[in-house]
Amino acid sequence: MRWGKDARRTASLMVGQPDYEVYVAHAEATHPEQPPLDRTAFFRLHEARRFGAGGAFRCC
Amino acid sequence: MGKLKTALIFGAIAILGAVCLAVIALHQGESISAVWIVVAALCVYAIAYRFYARYLAGKVMGLNAKRPTPAVRHNDGLDYVPTPRNVLFGHHFAAIAGAGPLVGPVLAAQMGYLPGVLWILVGAVLAGAVQDMMVLFMSTRRDGRSLGDMVRTEMGPIPGIIAQVGVLMIMVIILAVLALVVVKALAESPWGTFTVAATIPIAVFMGLYTRYLRPGRVGEVSVIGVVLLILAIIGGGHIAADPFWGPAFTLSGTTLAIAMMAYGFVASVIPVWLLLAPRDYLSTFLKIGAILALAVGILIVRPHVQMPAITPFIDGTGPVFSGALFPFLFITIACGAVSGFHALISSGTTPKLLENENQIPLIGYGAMLCESFVAIMALIAATVLDPAVYFAMNSPVSVIGDNAASAAAAVAQWGFHITPGELEQLARDVGEHSILSRAGGAPTLAVGMAHILSGIIGGKAMMAFWYHFAILFEALFILTTVDAGTRVCRFMIQDLLGVAVPKMRETKSWTANVVATALTVSLWGYFLYTGVVDPLGGINSLWPLFGIANQMLAAVALILGTVVLFKMKRERFAWATAVPAVWLLICTLTAGFQKLLHPDVKIGFLAHARKYQDALAAGDILAPAKTAGDMHRIIINDYVNSALTAGFLFVVLTMVVYGVRACLKARKINHPTVVEQPAAHELTLEDEAMDTARA
Repeated sequence: MRWGKDARRTASLMVGQPDYEVYVAHAEATHPEQPPLDRTAFFRLHEARRFGAGGAFRCC
Repeated sequence: MGKLKTALIFGAIAILGAVCLAVIALHQGESISAVWIVVAALCVYAIAYRFYARYLAGKVMGLNAKRPTPAVRHNDGLDYVPTPRNVLFGHHFAAIAGAGPLVGPVLAAQMGYLPGVLWILVGAVLAGAVQDMMVLFMSTRRDGRSLGDMVRTEMGPIPGIIAQVGVLMIMVIILAVLALVVVKALAESPWGTFTVAATIPIAVFMGLYTRYLRPGRVGEVSVIGVVLLILAIIGGGHIAADPFWGPAFTLSGTTLAIAMMAYGFVASVIPVWLLLAPRDYLSTFLKIGAILALAVGILIVRPHVQMPAITPFIDGTGPVFSGALFPFLFITIACGAVSGFHALISSGTTPKLLENENQIPLIGYGAMLCESFVAIMALIAATVLDPAVYFAMNSPVSVIGDNAASAAAAVAQWGFHITPGELEQLARDVGEHSILSRAGGAPTLAVGMAHILSGIIGGKAMMAFWYHFAILFEALFILTTVDAGTRVCRFMIQDLLGVAVPKMRETKSWTANVVATALTVSLWGYFLYTGVVDPLGGINSLWPLFGIANQMLAAVALILGTVVLFKMKRERFAWATAVPAVWLLICTLTAGFQKLLHPDVKIGFLAHARKYQDALAAGDILAPAKTAGDMHRIIINDYVNSALTAGFLFVVLTMVVYGVRACLKARKINHPTVVEQPAAHELTLEDEAMDTARA
């Protein structure tokens, strides 16, 4: 169901995880010879990035 | 939608809104239902979004749906990813939603509900949402550049550096104040302390789970985490009642402050996946859930607002914070009305995910309206309490004493009547030894939420659970913010120090990490500690500093917006950013100067310092000092606070000067001088002509 998928994507993006399928589709379209990151690597990359210089700090 | 249909629908909304506002403003006597406030707010938001946001988009900014956004142009599936607007809305709202709109309105309730409601609505619609939308617009047109970067490019390198130093100063004070809110909520509360302490092993377990057992399963691990948290809340009740563990978890404010500093240091230094990230999942989902629960609760329970519309404390003599309605109301409620911090977020990840420029009103303006609604709900939660309870909870010990009898007597003098027995019973109802002087906003909000949520599920018997649930979600959320913020500050400091000591720049270096983190924690820890030992309660003097800092950053963002509008040769619309900027300048400058120079020792830092200096010279020791050393420390602290305030004033005044200069310079030149990313080749000549014609 579209609504459920959007909700899942929203919840993931709220914690800094963009959609993996979108990334894979993009990677396959733009550079098919280079394998995309696997799901775990993608997850860990974004988890680390979120707490870098710009991230995850909300006061208000 | 046909023009007539629009006019009819929004005409009806306008009338409904006006009626509700009239009711809440003019009502005398019996308490009114909170639903009037909710409906008034929703009507105001609907009209503002439909008309003002659209006006800003079309006329002031000249949004162009055909112009590719950075997400489209640099699409890499990782950082620049065109994201559907509803998904992005959720992300942006979660990014801006913080603890601020939950604390400020609760403190401002001391002046009655009306000033707070009006400022939250007017401020958000005319200033806050405008700022968010403008910054999102500017950053989108610059490939997602940050606020500091944009200030540097459009206004010059010196204002850029000043803005960045200003941001660092703001971060330190924000971290200290938020940490103080948590300390105030958990001090002398074994149940609360246990529950919040339990989040650490729970988060570590979640971290190991997502790292090694089931990587990537954020939803799954969050559900497990929430279940464990609920068990912790229930367990906390038993711990608090236990004759050994109860006292073991009953910690003083100073102990908690030190614990928080140590914990903040550790949490920021260890790998993020172990503690920070899992806590972030929990706190994000809990927060969204709690906001929704509160909204549903208010609609179902329809509580009555007991606080009067206006209290005598608009004259500045209030116990919760000192300072008259002008300017301190506008400083106290920052995040729900205008928040400079949103400017940092609107120029963060959101611009890199934006699909189309025509979504900027929804995401920039709309998300801020939602945040403003969160502030309204927090204000409602605080004002549905018996005012006597509110003041007993939020006044410092020096004003109401440390027992229920003295508190009841003190609030009776202000016209609010309650028996000592009722105060003690309420404490028992929520599972605490005492609810007196639990300042800082969080406990008051928790009691309010407990009233409302127990009206849906559980009744009186579950008040203690709901109270501690509310304390937990706020504390968890704030702690994650403090640790994430410590990391952000540490990177900023590494950058700044890296100018002199290049080794500091290396983010991988363990030494640089530890040094910068220790420095950051010491900075906010200092203000936290002095806030905890302050006899007036800390929040009393520090929250205005936070409000001034936040509004100052908002003024900077709006000044940048004005400069950009001038440089786009759209200066005849520049009033949209300039008028709120001027208002914020008036508020922050007045408040800043009052905090520095006001003769009342409860307001002015220098007056307070002088009082203690004179006493010290005469050989007296004034409370809370017990020794001359304490006296010295109090005086030094006053000077530090004064220096920080003066620093904020300096930042905002220099930005005004540079802003005016940049505007005047842009006016003299006949063509646009903005430094945007070129509108890509996909724009036709026709579109270009239309763009300029609209200007």
